Amino acid sequence: MNWRGNLLRACQITGLPIFEPFVRLAAGEDKTEQFKGIAKYVLLPVVAITLFLLMWNAAAKTVVTDSAKLPSPGATWGAGKQLIAMHFDQKEADRLAKHEKLDEAVEMMVEAKAYESAAATATGAKQEALQTRSESLKKRAVAAANYQPSSAPTFLDQIGTSVRTVFFGFLLATLVAVPLGVLCGMSPWCNAALTPFIQIFKPVSPLAWLPLAFIVIMWYYAGYASGETYFDKAFLISATTVCLCSLWPTLVNTTLGVASVDKDFINVADVLRLSWTQRLFKIILPASLPLMFAGMRISLGVGWMVLIAADMLAQNPGLGKFVWDEFQNGSELTYARIAFSVFVIGMIGLVLDRFMIFFRNLVSFGNPATV
Amino acid sequence: MNALLHHEASTEKSSSVAAPEPILQMKDVCRGYGSGVTRSEVLSDINLEIRKGEFLAVVGFSGSGKTTFAQLVAGLIQPDQGTITMEAQAVTGPSADRGLVFQNYSLLPWLTVRGNIALSVNAVFRDWSKAERRDHVERFIEMVGLSHAAHRRPHELSGGMRQRTSLARTLALKPKMLLLDEPLSALDALTRSQLGDEILKIWQEERQTCLMITNDVDEAIMMADRIVPLTPGPEASLGPIFDVEIERPRVLAELNDSEEFKSLRNAVTNYLVTVRQKARDRETAASKHLSFRLPDIQPQDLTRKGRLVHA
Repeated sequence: MNWRGNLLRACQITGLPIFEPFVRLAAGEDKTEQFKGIAKYVLLPVVAITLFLLMWNAAAKTVVTDSAKLPSPGATWGAGKQLIAMHFDQKEADRLAKHEKLDEAVEMMVEAKAYESAAATATGAKQEALQTRSESLKKRAVAAANYQPSSAPTFLDQIGTSVRTVFFGFLLATLVAVPLGVLCGMSPWCNAALTPFIQIFKPVSPLAWLPLAFIVIMWYYAGYASGETYFDKAFLISATTVCLCSLWPTLVNTTLGVASVDKDFINVADVLRLSWTQRLFKIILPASLPLMFAGMRISLGVGWMVLIAADMLAQNPGLGKFVWDEFQNGSELTYARIAFSVFVIGMIGLVLDRFMIFFRNLVSFGNPATV
Repeated sequence: MNALLHHEASTEKSSSVAAPEPILQMKDVCRGYGSGVTRSEVLSDINLEIRKGEFLAVVGFSGSGKTTFAQLVAGLIQPDQGTITMEAQAVTGPSADRGLVFQNYSLLPWLTVRGNIALSVNAVFRDWSKAERRDHVERFIEMVGLSHAAHRRPHELSGGMRQRTSLARTLALKPKMLLLDEPLSALDALTRSQLGDEILKIWQEERQTCLMITNDVDEAIMMADRIVPLTPGPEASLGPIFDVEIERPRVLAELNDSEEFKSLRNAVTNYLVTVRQKARDRETAASKHLSFRLPDIQPQDLTRKGRLVHA
């Protein structure tokens, strides 16, 4: 019966207690108890969601203005399906275009080769003309082979950009916040020096940070045209804004975690006379990991929330921009698409949250978080 | 009670083989916490000599500064006054020579049993080869009978197994003196006597000096050569030393019928209870002037029904 224990532990660590009653049921535990669990964790949410959809449907029929109306659940679902279908159509078209270009390149290459061999036998001005012809054909062939379809990013592309941006910003924030937090936690002097910054900057909205991030990035990339730089400017502006906002929870929690390491563990380190680095890496960091990850979980949540707003303003090709562009377009599908992206944003936020819970539970031995 | 109090003559008789040399000496040690008005003296005038190879038990009520005492001996905190010397060297900080077994195990939760022990061994025996250290770790895991659970983490262990791990971790450091800070108080009665026996067995095999701090008089008599009561704090100090001259191995079931055991237990308990009563009397005497008269009032029935009846 070990598989059951392992599965139950997996449920707990991944923060998915929904599956617990199913595992227990499969293992042949008391049926009524497990059905109660299923009713609570599965049936009840399904009923609640159904109720919500009914209410939404009713609201969609009522909330109608001259120019637009609240999209119904069906319309939203349709718009979503269409967006995803559009992505695959676009990719297929791009693939075909690329294929065509490649064929063209091969043809041109063959032709160039023919000219070349003709030039080998010819003489004088004719040979030169043939050779230049072959050279120019080769160049065109290379250009055709390197062809990149320049279609507008689809909905799924934009999701990808958003997730990349948020992770980049989050990574940046973690790289700054964790060492700083460890420093603050270990030295009360450091903490006292940084507390005013933390207190003042923590509640600042991303929209206030964005112009400043904009200026810094523009200054840094002054003199470069778009496409010349490794990172897209808009991407960096978004990521920096995410970083500035998701810095604080990690910083505060890391400080707390490091400062509140169990006195007994410190005593152990004292008795063993561990060196400073050993003490840091063998005792203090492992002991503060659970709180650190709790902070990072909040950070990632904040980052994702901030990102949508930052994308809108920085015109970074992400979900925020998608919503904004749709709003500006004002086609009949606009609101259904926006409603769909609201759900997508929520789902991705949920996945990111689970992801961090999983890591947090991995490092908190003996007391996984109750979700 | 007085008949059993410590006399120099009786100690010399009991250990007549070799002159008992002190391994650790505490001289006029005082320690308190806080400063100014909030200052409170926890321990004062502690004088104690611990002899090489003996099992000494310090018995005291909770709140009498037992943990402070253990931390002082371990070197985790420094005395405000007085000196602690170990083998003629002043104790200025913690050291692997005085292995401390913590009251609440303090095992690192992210390491396995083996990992916890290996951390200590690697930290202390840095000049050993990897294979030597590994064998050393395995030997001590086996000594406390945890070979089957060496890969488990503390949260997967019972209290007794955790304390065994903690014990193995300390023993593996090969300390000159074993310091046990209430090692058994967090365990259930059955595990307690079992682990107590094992500690005794290890002590007898390794011939290590042992200082155990406990709140259980029976446990102290069961295990120790000498017992020192710690008077209740604040300003706790050590009482007279009681020698335990009951033959080893001591079996709890037999001890319960032994006159020697009973009278010793009564003597230690009576001493502790008497000093505590005295301390309480002193405290109440000190706070006498604070007493005041309660106002003389009768309870009144405020319910509607009560009023109706009166009307």
